[in-house]
Amino acid sequence: MPPKPAATHTRGNTLPGDDMLLNGWGGTSPSMARVATPLNDSDVGMLIESAPRRGAIARGLGRAYSDAAQNAGGMVLDMTALSGVRSIDIDAGTASVGAGTSIDDLMRWLVPRGWFVPVTPGTRFVTVGGAIASDIHGKNHHADGTFGEHVHSLTLRTGSGDVLTLTPDGTPELFWATVGGMGLTGVIVDATFGLIPIETSLMSVDEERCRDLDQLMTRMVEGDQLYRYSVAWIDCLARGTSLGRGILGQGNHATLESLPKSKRSSPHHFNPTSAIVTPGFVPSGLVNGLTIRAFNELWFRKARHRHVGTQQSIGFFFHPLDMVESWNRMYGRRGFVQYQFVVPDGSEEAVRVAVERLSGAGAASFLAVLKRFRPQNRGMLSFPASGWTLALDIPVGNPELGRLLDRLDDVVLDAGGRVYLSKDSRTRPEHLEQMYPRLNEFREARAKLDPDRVITSDLSRRLGL
Amino acid sequence: MKDALGFPQSVLVLGGGSEIAHATVRKLITSRCRRVILAGRDTEAMTTPAKELRDAGAETVDVIHFDALDVGSHDSFVANAFAGQGDIDLVLITFGVLGDQYLAEHDADEARRIVASNFTGAVSVLVPVVNALRAQGHGTIVALSSAAGERARKSNFVYGASKAGLDAYCQGLGDSLVGTGVRVMIVRPGFVHTKMTEGLDPAPLSTTPDAVADAIVTGLGRGTEIVWVPTQLRFVMSALRHVPRVVFRRLPI
Repeated sequence: MPPKPAATHTRGNTLPGDDMLLNGWGGTSPSMARVATPLNDSDVGMLIESAPRRGAIARGLGRAYSDAAQNAGGMVLDMTALSGVRSIDIDAGTASVGAGTSIDDLMRWLVPRGWFVPVTPGTRFVTVGGAIASDIHGKNHHADGTFGEHVHSLTLRTGSGDVLTLTPDGTPELFWATVGGMGLTGVIVDATFGLIPIETSLMSVDEERCRDLDQLMTRMVEGDQLYRYSVAWIDCLARGTSLGRGILGQGNHATLESLPKSKRSSPHHFNPTSAIVTPGFVPSGLVNGLTIRAFNELWFRKARHRHVGTQQSIGFFFHPLDMVESWNRMYGRRGFVQYQFVVPDGSEEAVRVAVERLSGAGAASFLAVLKRFRPQNRGMLSFPASGWTLALDIPVGNPELGRLLDRLDDVVLDAGGRVYLSKDSRTRPEHLEQMYPRLNEFREARAKLDPDRVITSDLSRRLGL
Repeated sequence: MKDALGFPQSVLVLGGGSEIAHATVRKLITSRCRRVILAGRDTEAMTTPAKELRDAGAETVDVIHFDALDVGSHDSFVANAFAGQGDIDLVLITFGVLGDQYLAEHDADEARRIVASNFTGAVSVLVPVVNALRAQGHGTIVALSSAAGERARKSNFVYGASKAGLDAYCQGLGDSLVGTGVRVMIVRPGFVHTKMTEGLDPAPLSTTPDAVADAIVTGLGRGTEIVWVPTQLRFVMSALRHVPRVVFRRLPI
């Protein structure tokens, strides 16, 4: 028997873990990696040390839409076992947790005790490590900023094996390279961050149906000061005079005295469940122009013209999609892409163009989400920047989609905006420096922490980060 | 890395002189492809297409020697091709010879040449290519089969048989690679107007390198496993497949 070609030796059987095909939440561009699950901090160090030629990257709950937590032909560290609250400081209102702790776990622990996470995305199923690496935002970005802005300190295991404690003021360069750094500066092992005290586990919500994009945006700006949380859903299939019609939902944590008497005895009740599970096989093409039009019409009619002071549960207000388990499978085998961009105030036209072009091309999308951001933080690759952000899901399959999104990128770039790396699955690498002007600073910090480039990912390869 | 819409950033062409390959790579360059390796027997003849691809926007176009018949060189050829900077997202297998059917029926050398190039050579290079892509954790192989392989005709069965062999190999290979991040797409064009078919009478539903390239790019985006060019050929060949032998052998095809 002839000797095996060298290629098969690059990942021998001596590596811990199992070969697994991984993909992002959008279900596109899967790749194979050796997945190992560290159980403690020293396991993380051992695994980084034994990383193969194609390096290693940390992965949480796989909610990044594309290839941020994939590492083809290399190693992927499944961080979900490094979970749990390590300590909590009631006086300071801070919690220290393992990086693999999910927002879901955290909320189940915190909410009954009268605390809330500083920032939650549209799903509870992300880890704290992922939240920092993506520097996630929520409906309260205009008021509270990103998750990273609430982090007091974090522990980072670098590609060269060092264990560093990073803080925003003590080690600003490395801290702000790591916050929003897509996991490329090293593996986040644990973090300490601030919490929000809440009187109840309910949200007091005002909803309003807006007939077009102008009205929606005007009302949203007006509400900025009054509500801690604010988001709008746009019906991307409405055209003509209804272009950009949508529902504006704004809310605050409900106070104890606003609760009906029957609920005041257990104001912090919290037990969200998923009501529906998506079946294992859904044909590609089920999500199409017709089904989306029907869904969007229902969604729009469901909201009353203006409804003030509804009390909603945290799950219903923040994480409606979590009620449908594995909803991403609705898009079938080919999956979907999520396109999210931000453009500065004054570039409302770019939002209109995006909605117009997507509805014009029949690139079906469920509700698009529109939100306002406050000014950018110090994170070198952090996405949110002052202005408007629009996010929408588009099924893969239309051969023109690539070109359509490329042209939207041009609109976003011209407006001085950028796309979100945790959602991106297709942008052009040559545009990255324009979108993220501090990219070279990030590269320098990364080179300092990890000169041999042990920590890497498919995203990093695709975009040349 | 290929992106979510199936577009590669780098491509290795085996059969770098093929017009279908040039047309395909040109289209890939308009989306994401920046790095191209053209590999073929006649490196001289590839300099012009290489320049055209550079002009079309490719950052690097390398031309390297590859001989499908020199099976002993294939392992080291693949090792070299994959040793460069960055991953290879797409391997396009477009080499092959049409051969002379009449000659091949009477001269074993010609028959051997056709089979050795189209089938044996392809299998020989596919084994190390697949190993390299598996180690890389991702990649796509596009293999140029032919409608002629669907059912052997008396007018070109040596070529047809060699493509039938390649086609069958790639079907099994594609299935065996499910779950590895590596996938195989088989392309079955009918009669394509190229220098290989110059001077021959075109069969019905004949097509062009550009149309084949379009079909390949669309297929990559959709994750298709078998692409017919033109699409109608699939149904024509499906019908022909079920024509009884006594009738089939009398058809003027």
